[in-house]
Amino acid sequence: MNAPPADHGDPRVAFESAKLGLWTFLATEVLLFGALFTAYAVFRLKYPALFHSEHLKLNRVLGTLNTLVLITSSLAVALGVDAIRKGKARLLEKYYGVTVLLGAVFLCVKYIEWTEEFHHGLYPGTNIFFSLYFMLTGLHGIHVILGMGILTYVVVLSRRGRFSAGYHTPVEVSGLYWHFIDLVWIYLLPLLYLIG
Amino acid sequence: MAEESGSGRGYLAERGWRSWAFTMDHKRIGVMYLYTTIAFFFIGGIFALLLRLELLSPQAKYFSDHTYNVFFTLHGAMMIFLFIIPAIPSGLGNFFIPLHIGAKDVAFPRINLASYWVFVAGFLVVIASLVSPMDTGWTFYTPYSAKTGAAVATLSFGIFLIGMSSILTGLNFIVTIHKLRAPGMTWYRLPLFIWGMYSTSIIQVVATPVVGVTFLLLAMERLLGVAFFDPAKGGDPVLFQHFFWFYSHPVVYVMILPAMGIISEVIPVFSRKPIFGYKAIAYSSLAIAFIGFLVWGHHMFTSGMSPLANAIFSFLTFFVAVPTAVKVFNWIATLYKGSITFESPMLYALTFIFLFAVGGLTGPFLGALATNVQLHDTYFVVAHFHYTMMGGTVMGFFAGLHYWFPKMTGKMLNEKIARIAWALVFIGFNVTFFTMFIVGVKGMPRRYAEYLPKFHVENVISTIGSAILAVGIAVMFLNFLQGLRKGPPAPGNPWRALSLEWQTPSPPDTENFHENPVVTDWPYGYGKPKGPTA
Repeated sequence: MNAPPADHGDPRVAFESAKLGLWTFLATEVLLFGALFTAYAVFRLKYPALFHSEHLKLNRVLGTLNTLVLITSSLAVALGVDAIRKGKARLLEKYYGVTVLLGAVFLCVKYIEWTEEFHHGLYPGTNIFFSLYFMLTGLHGIHVILGMGILTYVVVLSRRGRFSAGYHTPVEVSGLYWHFIDLVWIYLLPLLYLIG
Repeated sequence: MAEESGSGRGYLAERGWRSWAFTMDHKRIGVMYLYTTIAFFFIGGIFALLLRLELLSPQAKYFSDHTYNVFFTLHGAMMIFLFIIPAIPSGLGNFFIPLHIGAKDVAFPRINLASYWVFVAGFLVVIASLVSPMDTGWTFYTPYSAKTGAAVATLSFGIFLIGMSSILTGLNFIVTIHKLRAPGMTWYRLPLFIWGMYSTSIIQVVATPVVGVTFLLLAMERLLGVAFFDPAKGGDPVLFQHFFWFYSHPVVYVMILPAMGIISEVIPVFSRKPIFGYKAIAYSSLAIAFIGFLVWGHHMFTSGMSPLANAIFSFLTFFVAVPTAVKVFNWIATLYKGSITFESPMLYALTFIFLFAVGGLTGPFLGALATNVQLHDTYFVVAHFHYTMMGGTVMGFFAGLHYWFPKMTGKMLNEKIARIAWALVFIGFNVTFFTMFIVGVKGMPRRYAEYLPKFHVENVISTIGSAILAVGIAVMFLNFLQGLRKGPPAPGNPWRALSLEWQTPSPPDTENFHENPVVTDWPYGYGKPKGPTA
């Protein structure tokens, strides 16, 4: 994902390989979360009353705020990819920098939420709803951290002058990955916070 | 392309540990996988022999019940996760996929190297878990696995890492096969090994994340007390079984499809005939991969699913036999009126067909609801999956090792010793495992250190068989070592095969091919060139 393959010569083949590779990888990520979504469906059917009463304990304001933060970060990524397609490496670095920053904001808000919940005695082992909540948001949070690391690495590469309008495969695929992280959250918000 | 003699050392020329540990050459990574997985085959095998030793007498004699539980868990977990799943795909697959399709390397050489080291990290974690070894069986069923004193979280994490390595390898192969085929290498000119590996990679990529998250949940259940599988908190232990088998049944096909690919390579070469039903074999691989996802429930007939669900899973289970049988009949049709020679790869390939057929034909007894309830968790199950897994996959692996040994090492094997080893393996295998069918039908349950005296004779016979089998395998690998050290140099194409990997020197150079190959025909045109007919 991070560098062109050692041989094959043809950058077009390398780009197509990287893209197919990332889409395949995203399929595995969908399945990783898919198991948890399945568990959510199973237990929601089994305990509708519990899910209704427990979801009220989550902080909807912070959840919505975080959604706005992530969507904005996705916009920044898209603008960054657009910038490098036009060959503007400095602009790409700025936009990706903003994304990483927004990722950090997201994590801080999440931290506040979790602390609040711990104070109210809500832990991963409290009941099945909070097991799901902490596993899903936790796994998603790990992906945010990974995504921030990858984007930072892309910025470092860009500072070394590795990308141009002609070659920017790592920018494209890392951008795609960030969109995926955003997308998962878009599903988490209604499932956990909104529907009771 | 002209046949080239193999006098040089090819990709093996560079020496020193750095040239291996940091290599991005798919061939070296494949060889490292082979050494690693074969080491685990031996360790797992030693556990198997210890189990057989204990079963010599009806009473527990040599070690405690707990130790026995630990041993069969380690035997199963190591053989499945560290040998059978990775050995052919990551070992032989890494080595031969680029060679087969005329590429210089896999699509992502760095990810390939990373996946090897993730695999190593995974087994180090698995070994670290031995401080308080697992006693749950290789399936880690909750609620016991959530409560036992063993290091379940550690082992789960190890298997999570091994799964990640498996995903990366599968992903790499899919992209390689899609994007890096040589000019002229159309889908219908791909060797059938590639079709097998392609289907395998799809399963690896689709199924492994699910078991990854399952083991993660199990670890979290132990560390944080999350409630997914704990009925006291509203969880459901059967959910674990669903998740586990959603991965682990398709993975049975990760184990068998690459071996079937090898058999499809070996049979036409040693019958000197075009493979019969090329497209049927190719598509049946995909069909097996697809249907394999729909049958996991047959592991859970006795877990209290609804009768309707049981019936559906039973039906689908029978259905998966269709593409499997398509393959077997096509191999036999290929043999028909061929000029067959019985070199060691061919002996193992034929053994595969025979043993796999026995394993396959005993499948319906377990796939059928009524007989399953009787045979569930008896030695019949043990015999059945050893016939398919060991009689199938491991024999396919041995066929591949013998077939490709000259290509990988540039040395020839001692054929006479190879055949003696084969005879011992064949006899030992059947004595060991056929007996288990009998004792299973009589009702002996699996996973017990002690048993009723009426099963004594069968168990003694089975243990004697396992000793013969062990000697056979030892002779085989001593032969490999001897061939590696003192074997005569191998020509580029000792079997006069037509697929691309034989059109380079043995061993191949780091770059695989001197010039980019251009493919003009399918690889099975013995006497009848120009593409598959059906």
